[in-house]
Amino acid sequence: MMTNMVGALNNALDLILAENKNAIILGEDIGKDGGVFRVTDGLYEKYGELRVMDTPLSEAGIMGVSIGMALGGMLPIPEIQFAGFMYLAFDQLINHAARYRSRSRSTKSVPMIVRTPVSGGVRTLEHHSDSPEEYYSHVGGLIVVEPSNPYDAKGLLIKAAHMNDPVVFLEPTKLYRLFKQEVPEDMYEVPIGKANIVKPGDDLTIVTWGTMVPVVKNAVEKKGTNAEIIDLRTINPLDESTIIQSVKKTGRAMIVHEAQLSFGAGAEIAARIADKAIFELQAPVTRVASASLPYPFPGYEQFYIPNEVKVSQAIDKIMSV
Amino acid sequence: MEAFLPKPYIILHVINIGERLLKQAYNGLINYMQIMDEFGSLDISLFPKDVTDSKILDMYRWMSFARALDAKALSLQRQGRAVTYAPILGQEATQIGSALAMGDKDFFVPNFRQHGVFLVRGLSLEAFFIYWRGYEEGSTVGKGVNAVPYIVPVATQLPHATGIAFALKYKNTGGTVVTYVGDGGTSEGNFYEAMNFAGVMKAPVVFIIENNGWAISMPREKQTATTTLAQKAIAAGIPAIQVDGNDVIAVYKATKDAIANSTNGPFVIECLTYRMGMHTTADDPQKYRDEAAVAAWKDKDPILRVRTYLTKKNLWSDKQEAAMAEEQLKQIDDAIEKAEAFKPDPKSMFENLYSFMPDILKEEMDAAEAAGYWQGEVKSNEADEK
Repeated sequence: MMTNMVGALNNALDLILAENKNAIILGEDIGKDGGVFRVTDGLYEKYGELRVMDTPLSEAGIMGVSIGMALGGMLPIPEIQFAGFMYLAFDQLINHAARYRSRSRSTKSVPMIVRTPVSGGVRTLEHHSDSPEEYYSHVGGLIVVEPSNPYDAKGLLIKAAHMNDPVVFLEPTKLYRLFKQEVPEDMYEVPIGKANIVKPGDDLTIVTWGTMVPVVKNAVEKKGTNAEIIDLRTINPLDESTIIQSVKKTGRAMIVHEAQLSFGAGAEIAARIADKAIFELQAPVTRVASASLPYPFPGYEQFYIPNEVKVSQAIDKIMSV
Repeated sequence: MEAFLPKPYIILHVINIGERLLKQAYNGLINYMQIMDEFGSLDISLFPKDVTDSKILDMYRWMSFARALDAKALSLQRQGRAVTYAPILGQEATQIGSALAMGDKDFFVPNFRQHGVFLVRGLSLEAFFIYWRGYEEGSTVGKGVNAVPYIVPVATQLPHATGIAFALKYKNTGGTVVTYVGDGGTSEGNFYEAMNFAGVMKAPVVFIIENNGWAISMPREKQTATTTLAQKAIAAGIPAIQVDGNDVIAVYKATKDAIANSTNGPFVIECLTYRMGMHTTADDPQKYRDEAAVAAWKDKDPILRVRTYLTKKNLWSDKQEAAMAEEQLKQIDDAIEKAEAFKPDPKSMFENLYSFMPDILKEEMDAAEAAGYWQGEVKSNEADEK
């Protein structure tokens, strides 16, 4: 079927609910309203209010109760309406979802998929455009996934449902309806912890994910650079070997992400490249990211998010060394 | 002078006059229950039918066991053989009464001070002491014990209790979740959020507020301006009761009734007890509270009143007391011996993070092992000594 990311996610959720009777979706306005981005449209009608459950407006409650459901042998799929509101549930994720397995030496586990829309570019109000992947990756114990296309979105979500771990599933709002793609109607998995080489190349490695994948693709295409583009798909655990292998081949590395530059996932990747491939490098590692400040009001976002011009200039610079 | 009066004062005055003309929107009520008073006398009108003298003996033995266990753990900490420990001295009735009210299918969600509940529910004493030596292997909660391990961040376990209760209901397996929070914990957002969810979901969960009067150095009256903590349940549409938390029979009855009615939804029980000791071994209560107030609670001791009752009825002798104490101490000492033989494996930190081993984590683990710096052990109570 030809579908956008919203359709692919909706289809994946439908298949997950049909397959596992202990799977339920819960969140604010996800029932009759189908979620603010309509990702759960039609599922309430199909599976009923117990399995597609509208909850009180209570992010910490949604997360804590979901953890309890998982401990009780269910597969909760909570939706947090926007990533900017997920900080209210941060404690539950960091202190409990990430730690139950280790604190109980694997006698308890928290199978759970936390879905939330991330990143900007769609002119939403304050707090609706954050890119929080580093926060959840830093703690350890949480799997952090971010698809950049409909096919991966469906396959990664289904893979997450088949794991016995807490997965933070970040959905870029900008990519929800940006383009359609052929997506199989049946169940399939896309591996978690494995990056995707979107475009092979020999002269430069660009590691990116989420909203920046189409930006990087366009910039590289227009310039005709022989770059290898890696879509990370899983932020944590990081697929280090795919990155290092590529950098050793190309000798140049650039990381492009929408989250703030400072202390970002780009720094983590750059450090690993320095550790394992520094003698193969022909140029300093470059990072392209948003400014080191909180996401601005929508009027300013075009000055904040890295665009093709910024990526293109960074490519010129790294290729000139 | 009048110029200094705050404006809301005047507005309030007007509302107070008008109130007589208004219809009542809601009027909450919290009842209080005590069955055995501090002199060991029973209120027969409230006495539960299923509590026989042999059951009261059971309650007495468990409370004594919990007190002996607590004293031993405290002593181990002082000797450097346990980490920072949170004692339960004085709170035995709240814990044992509620624990004995739970059935096989019921599920227990603790904070970090329910040693008495764990004891009754069947956590192995060996695991208890491994936990208090500072190892996750003591936090595994064995098979057949329906519980999660100790939860440290205050009140954050309460939403888990609600979620587990929902799962029991959803899977139609039967059973009720019983969870605990202190008086300080009722100031946390998670307390209200968990109750609010449970109210909406009609989840079979009993929230026990173990009101021991103190949140480290903060007395109950400075924690919140509400008259009772139980009345906080009213805001979530949940029925609640306040009981004498040092009366093991009242706690037992309240919990038993709440569990029996949990198919209709959640319940809140505030147990009025008193923390006779420190918050944990890392603080000294003499710094922040008047010992005269503590002394007044000694007469209300939860174990003493049951002993008085049993002695009056000729059901307990000094000889039986000595035999029980010896037997319990032996069980405790055997467990300590096993727990102290436990040897930690640093690899277990890495191997229990995910359901699989990520490459980057394995690399860290292998490198650490190869480097050989995983050597020796530190003294368990080092943190408190600093």
